[in-house]
Amino acid sequence: MPPSIMSNQTQSQDLSKGQSLWSDAWARLKKNKMAMASLVVLFVIGVLCFILPAFSIIADPNNQNLNNTFLNPNKNNWLGTDQSGRDLLARLLYGGQISLLVGIIATTVSVIIGLIYGSIAGYAGGKTDSLMMRIVDILYGLPFLVLVILFSLLISEHAKELTDQLVSLWPGQEVFIKKFINLVPLFIAIGALGWLTMARVARAQVLSLKKQEFVEAAVSLGLSHRQILMRHIMPNMLGPIIVYATLTVPGFVLTEATLSFLGLGVESPNSSWGILLSEGANYMETHPRLLIIPSITFSLTLLALNFLGDGLRDALDPKAAKD
Amino acid sequence: MLRTIVSRLLQGIVVVFCLLLITFVLVRLMPGDPFSGEKAHSAHIIEKNKERFHLDKSYPEQFSVYLGLLIQGDMGDSPVKEQPVAKIIEHSFPASLILGIAGITIAILIGIPAGILSALKKNSYIDYGTMIIAMAGISIPSFVIAPLLAGHIATRVPFLKVAGWGDPFDWILPALTLGLGTAAYLARITRGGMLEVLNQDFIRTAHAKGVHPAIVVTKHAIRGGIIPAVAYIGPAFAALITGSFIIETIFQVPGMGQHFVNATKDRDYFLLQGVVILFGSLIVFANLAADIVLVMLNPRIRA
Amino acid sequence: MVYLLLTACGLALVSCKGDPPIDTYTEKKILVLGNSTEPQGLDPQIVTGVIESNIIRALFEGLCVEHPSKQGIHLPGAAASWQANDDFTEWTFQLRKDGKWSDGTPLTAEDFLFSYQRILHPDFGAEYAGMLYYIQGAERYNKRKTEDFSSVGVSAPDPYTLKIKLKASIPFLPDLTKHYTWYPVPKHIILKHGSIDQRNTPWTEPENIVSNGPFILKQWRLNDYIHAEKNANYWDKDTVKLKGIRFLPVSNQYTEARMFFNEQLHATYGLAPEMIEHASNHYKKYLRQETYLGTNFIRFNVTDPTLKELKVRQALALSIDSEAIITHILKGGQKPAYGMVPPTEDYHTPNAVSFDPIRAKQLLQEAGYGGSKKLRVTLLSTDREVSKRLSEAYQDMWKKHLDAEVSIEQREWKTYLSRMSELDYQLALGGWIGDYPDPTTFLDMWKTGDGNNRTGWSNKQYEALLATAEQTKDPDARLRILEQAEALFLSEMPIIPVYWYTTNYLLHTSVKGWHPLLLNNHPYKFVDLELSDAN
Repeated sequence: MPPSIMSNQTQSQDLSKGQSLWSDAWARLKKNKMAMASLVVLFVIGVLCFILPAFSIIADPNNQNLNNTFLNPNKNNWLGTDQSGRDLLARLLYGGQISLLVGIIATTVSVIIGLIYGSIAGYAGGKTDSLMMRIVDILYGLPFLVLVILFSLLISEHAKELTDQLVSLWPGQEVFIKKFINLVPLFIAIGALGWLTMARVARAQVLSLKKQEFVEAAVSLGLSHRQILMRHIMPNMLGPIIVYATLTVPGFVLTEATLSFLGLGVESPNSSWGILLSEGANYMETHPRLLIIPSITFSLTLLALNFLGDGLRDALDPKAAKD
Repeated sequence: MLRTIVSRLLQGIVVVFCLLLITFVLVRLMPGDPFSGEKAHSAHIIEKNKERFHLDKSYPEQFSVYLGLLIQGDMGDSPVKEQPVAKIIEHSFPASLILGIAGITIAILIGIPAGILSALKKNSYIDYGTMIIAMAGISIPSFVIAPLLAGHIATRVPFLKVAGWGDPFDWILPALTLGLGTAAYLARITRGGMLEVLNQDFIRTAHAKGVHPAIVVTKHAIRGGIIPAVAYIGPAFAALITGSFIIETIFQVPGMGQHFVNATKDRDYFLLQGVVILFGSLIVFANLAADIVLVMLNPRIRA
Repeated sequence: MVYLLLTACGLALVSCKGDPPIDTYTEKKILVLGNSTEPQGLDPQIVTGVIESNIIRALFEGLCVEHPSKQGIHLPGAAASWQANDDFTEWTFQLRKDGKWSDGTPLTAEDFLFSYQRILHPDFGAEYAGMLYYIQGAERYNKRKTEDFSSVGVSAPDPYTLKIKLKASIPFLPDLTKHYTWYPVPKHIILKHGSIDQRNTPWTEPENIVSNGPFILKQWRLNDYIHAEKNANYWDKDTVKLKGIRFLPVSNQYTEARMFFNEQLHATYGLAPEMIEHASNHYKKYLRQETYLGTNFIRFNVTDPTLKELKVRQALALSIDSEAIITHILKGGQKPAYGMVPPTEDYHTPNAVSFDPIRAKQLLQEAGYGGSKKLRVTLLSTDREVSKRLSEAYQDMWKKHLDAEVSIEQREWKTYLSRMSELDYQLALGGWIGDYPDPTTFLDMWKTGDGNNRTGWSNKQYEALLATAEQTKDPDARLRILEQAEALFLSEMPIIPVYWYTTNYLLHTSVKGWHPLLLNNHPYKFVDLELSDAN
């Protein structure tokens, strides 16, 4: 049989046998050295940021000491101190928690919403597609800062009640909850903007795939729209979608950094990578260490995410097996 | 084709209208007003000024007054800057346009070739190296790149200034900073798109037929491979023109990006409304242009 | 051949300089200044900020002019001479007969009457009209309690004499006339473009504007630059050495510093704290650190239940280590403030606050806190300048010395202003810059209901003292009464004074005639530019 039809059949079989696709993918991923290296890097960063701070060797990131500002790395402060005498390592790790959370959560939300929305629009075509994309256009045009300010306002007005409710659910986690509540407007605003571009990209992909032979084949086989969309089109979109998603995480972390630069990001005295970067930029000429260290961490994480994303894309693409 | 374009333009008008309406209400919901300042003013003076800008009336009334102005081609006056909004936008649009065009050009010139090269040499050092460089734009924020370029490059090159918008040389560093971010996205997306296409069967068929690899790439692969990139360029261009606040403040560019931020912070309702109308229109045109190019690249796409 | 062409192009590119470095401007006697942001406008009766005043001061001139180097001396401006009566309630100004507008039209007392009527006009809505309330009847006219402007205490017995009747003893009236709200505006030009109470007319456009100061507006590119040229019709044009001034709205302080060091500016508007240190270590000859008339403080919402207790406020006040803040955060030679009004030779600010953490802890215990009962309050902060670092430092100090839990609510500027005005806060960062060199500019704001009070504090005795001072003829006695008023104010601690401002900026060595002034209002007519070798 001609190879093209062969691969489609294999694909359908794979999907109905769910598991073997994933274990195949994992096997392929393991062979990709860059992706594995990135996975390790991300794992290490994750552990450092989320697990290490639980141990007391990490200082309090908000503890100021105005007599110890701008100290170089020493035995008490492995990365030195910042402009208010706070331990840079602690601020880097705790800050990483917030930045990574913002990136991951906002990305997940925006990818899911954008993917579904864009796929439906692209697949439906015609007037539905037009209407849906015009709505995207309107939302895209709304002034972002206005939305951030309004969301922050909304949340802060109800912050007290929300905080109390959450604290009663998880007593003892008050500090974490307070930090989290302050982040919610950030998540919402960032996620609210992020899904729009995802929707556009998804739509473009669907439009292109819609007309390909295997879709026509599925239609003629009598599959329902939902089945076609979910079993045939979406898996073929995984590639670009994953790549785009891995781009979105850094994008969101950057948005958080930009908002911090504008004074609208994470609240004082908490740190995030965005805050460290925007504050560090001020000391570029005088104390470069405060910029270099967060920059390297930030860039390393983003690069790792991207190479991992590439690896995932390759691993999940059934046709790649043919190489 | 023409019918689609006209229909899209009509839809665009509706989009901009809705955008304006929502923005109109949203900005007035924010606490504060254009007149509050560190030095407070007497109540009766604030009343007088609110009256001047119809801010004491209900939202529907205010909106219809504003629409009336727009129909006559007047965007109203800025309550914060004592200038007509149209004049403020007019003075800032040229710089933004130049910056936007220069920025997207740099982004395309860097990003797309990088993406194609990486895809062709997949998983080699060239691939990794090119990607790492291309990603500079999103692994380092612009508010770090810009001062770096200004402080270390501009000071060492005689015809470059650290800030200002006096002659064409001043366009280089701001456009570079602006373009790098988009270049990174374009590189990644192009690479991804190219890989998708390169794995497809019609490419193998072409190879099997003995077609020269270069022709395979240019004639067959690129057309399909850059589809996701093109989908991205449309709105990216609109965003570049208007989202350049950081570059404008660091390089002293008299563009429009700063208005989005400053008008929000100053509660300059009318200036914000004006730039939103402009931005909305730009998006409509940019998306339309991108969609047209998409159809041209892949005639099978007919939305 | 191609290589030659390319090399030629390359050389041409490299030698093409674009905008010249600062020395070229120095040679042309054009002063290039960083001026923070795009001005609100150039109409002296509409604007309200320092940025605008920097430009307006070049274009317009008041009755009196600031001395370039000595505080408290009034040089003749539009007025050649003036006298006051015994109790400083009636002033007469003789305008100079050779005073002209830049288009040659004579400048007369009629212009001043017109200008004061315009800024006080109830329909004009001038935000800063309050600066003229010292004039008899001015407030009534401005609030439309009367429609008759002749009831206001300004008159012109003849075209070159201006008589001003005040409702209080104001020995510092000449200082007030140096403020742009008291400047004359050209009646004949304004009326050409609209009526007296019409705003937003194009009369300040470069092609329309006419002014009486040492410079005239030549170009105004929004958000780009403002260029002023020497006014050939200025009465004292022989004193003016500069040929022009260029104002650049550079809002980012780091960009501004970079521009200065890259030979693009003669002077910056300000300087970020880390740059102050950097300049102090490496570029001392450019660094200017000068006392600036203003106070930085923390407001209390005295109506808040937690803060009603005076001891709580005092405890919070005494745990602020201003010295540490100045040394480690601000780095600009600011002075720790022990009162509201910055002290001068004549005015002795009461010493109400110091850093005393032991006493602070004691006071807090006396107020009922300690052990498990912790003080919990919120601090309203904003995204401006060093606000973030200040609020974080305060939070830390209160934690260390009082074991207090202070949470920071950082809100963007307008939200911050709005919440402060509505008394929707507990503690809030605040600051105040003086409009003129008299203590009342720092004390009037605390009267009941004053828009700038924003603390909910009210004290009838305080207002009585201020009213008495207003009617006191003897300048020294007057200052003593004001000191009493301030002492009363500070004893109730509605604010915590933290530091008194200095202004830090970079000034190129080629700029001459630019001396430290309390209000930083350098008269440009005395400024000169000279190429010096030691650059």
